[in-house]
Amino acid sequence: MQIVCKNLTFTYGKDKRIQVDAVKNLSLTIEEGEFFGIIGETGSGKSTFIQQLNGLIKPTTSDELKVGEFDLLDKKCDYKKLRSKVGMVFQYPEYQLFAESVFEDVAFGLKNFEKLNEKEIEEMVRSAIEIVGLDYEKIKDKSPFDLSGGQKRRVAIAGVLVTKPEVLILDEPASGLDPEGKEQLLELLHKIHNSFVKTIIMVSHDMNMVVEHCTKIALFNKGEIYSTGKPFVVFEKLDNLEKVGLEQPLTGYLKKELEKKKVSVDTDLTVDDFVEKIVEKIKK
Amino acid sequence: MKVIEVKNLCYSYGNGREVIKNLNLEIEKGEFVAIIGHNGSGKSTFAKLLNALFTPNNGEVLIDGLNTKDKNSIYEIRKKVGVVFQNPDNQLVASIVEDDVAFGPENIGVKREEIEERINFALSAVNMQEFRKKTPTKLSGGQKQRIAIAGVLAIKPEILVLDESTAMLDPRGRKEIIDIVKDLNEKGMTVILITHYMEEVVNADRVIVLTEGEKVLEGTPREVFKKKEELKKAGLSLPPATILADKLREKGVDICEVLTPEELKEELCKLFVKI
Repeated sequence: MQIVCKNLTFTYGKDKRIQVDAVKNLSLTIEEGEFFGIIGETGSGKSTFIQQLNGLIKPTTSDELKVGEFDLLDKKCDYKKLRSKVGMVFQYPEYQLFAESVFEDVAFGLKNFEKLNEKEIEEMVRSAIEIVGLDYEKIKDKSPFDLSGGQKRRVAIAGVLVTKPEVLILDEPASGLDPEGKEQLLELLHKIHNSFVKTIIMVSHDMNMVVEHCTKIALFNKGEIYSTGKPFVVFEKLDNLEKVGLEQPLTGYLKKELEKKKVSVDTDLTVDDFVEKIVEKIKK
Repeated sequence: MKVIEVKNLCYSYGNGREVIKNLNLEIEKGEFVAIIGHNGSGKSTFAKLLNALFTPNNGEVLIDGLNTKDKNSIYEIRKKVGVVFQNPDNQLVASIVEDDVAFGPENIGVKREEIEERINFALSAVNMQEFRKKTPTKLSGGQKQRIAIAGVLAIKPEILVLDESTAMLDPRGRKEIIDIVKDLNEKGMTVILITHYMEEVVNADRVIVLTEGEKVLEGTPREVFKKKEELKKAGLSLPPATILADKLREKGVDICEVLTPEELKEELCKLFVKI
């Protein structure tokens, strides 16, 4: 599903004196198949933007907002169906676990979306729990609150994946996880990206993670898109990162510093590519 | 002088699982100690044991010689050990910044005139004087966390504990907090930084690695980050610059061990100057 958004503005507050435009005149197209990163400092409009994509909030004004065949500006838009196709994983999703068992928690979304019999539900819950790398038989009857932080997050993600969304949106999916947990989570995202999930949209503050994993990114600044494109292109153009409240990824920083010494490294900023290019340069 | 002494410390929650197992450590006045460990390794529990939010099942925690098990010392201990938690939104209580900072000193009965002084001191330490009359909810994450730190500083603690206080912040916010913490430490504050960001650890004098409530590694950042296998086993990794330098070395590039982006930059520049 392609996502198209044209001239979208979202204003918080009804009272004119205290109104704030969280997103201003924003236009963005996200093609199917992207692992799309959204970066920008706190308050730049990232979360406000992603919440529009499954109709949690509606634009104040917009010329177009389409997710696949769903026209979100059309009053007749089937939001229920949309939300089963566009899954949203919020920041610290484990805080939203509530049911008595892992099974019940993961099944909750499913029961809300579709009329299914017990057997179908069990099959889908089992598959979602297995996708996130947990042992279904061992974990299904446990209380979600007895799990470790990393496991809880996986269960929360399973609760979104259970409806087999084509678009998966994640707000800071790795924050608060230890390095190993973070690595496993990214492996999981790549794994599902190659299955029923066609498009992943990830909001992140971790620039190293973004250059390593995203096919394209959009840099938000004060509710507008400052630039968009392949990660290395966006970071290449950024000389004044202070202005947008961000930092270069490690490889971007090194590239810029080497340029100051008249050494140019033609890299896409992923660690492996950077290493390769440096090695090539030395051999020459 | 030792400000913290932890002796044979054990702690378990209601379900019987031991979260801290026979932990022994000492922290000197003015030291900057980083504590790292995987999720569930006992780091946050340890933070709460330091200011008597939790008390040991076995063993003891002494703060400036005061035992956290001694009920009569609890107030004194909480004045000495200030803890800043992960989520800034959970730590702000008032609707105006200065009232929020004053909340702590008011509670311990500081006189009005002195409270004024303390607000000035605390807000200037975190560089937030101009926000004094503002509403905390209107601030950015990093700014809110600075106010949370100011609220703790207003108690004039000897020890500042940060329990993943940068986890929810954007890069700018994280840098603000780390810069302030470094500055406070240079002025003599004892700092205990609990974090998942390996690059924040490089600022510390000493790093302690916890696994399942036990101390498995300890040393300067340079020493600890040399023990790559042990760190991996503990579910941790290396600072990004160290990882990149290692990859270069694997490919036969002659490069020293580094911890920070700046060190790696120097190393790379040296390489290309040679050529």
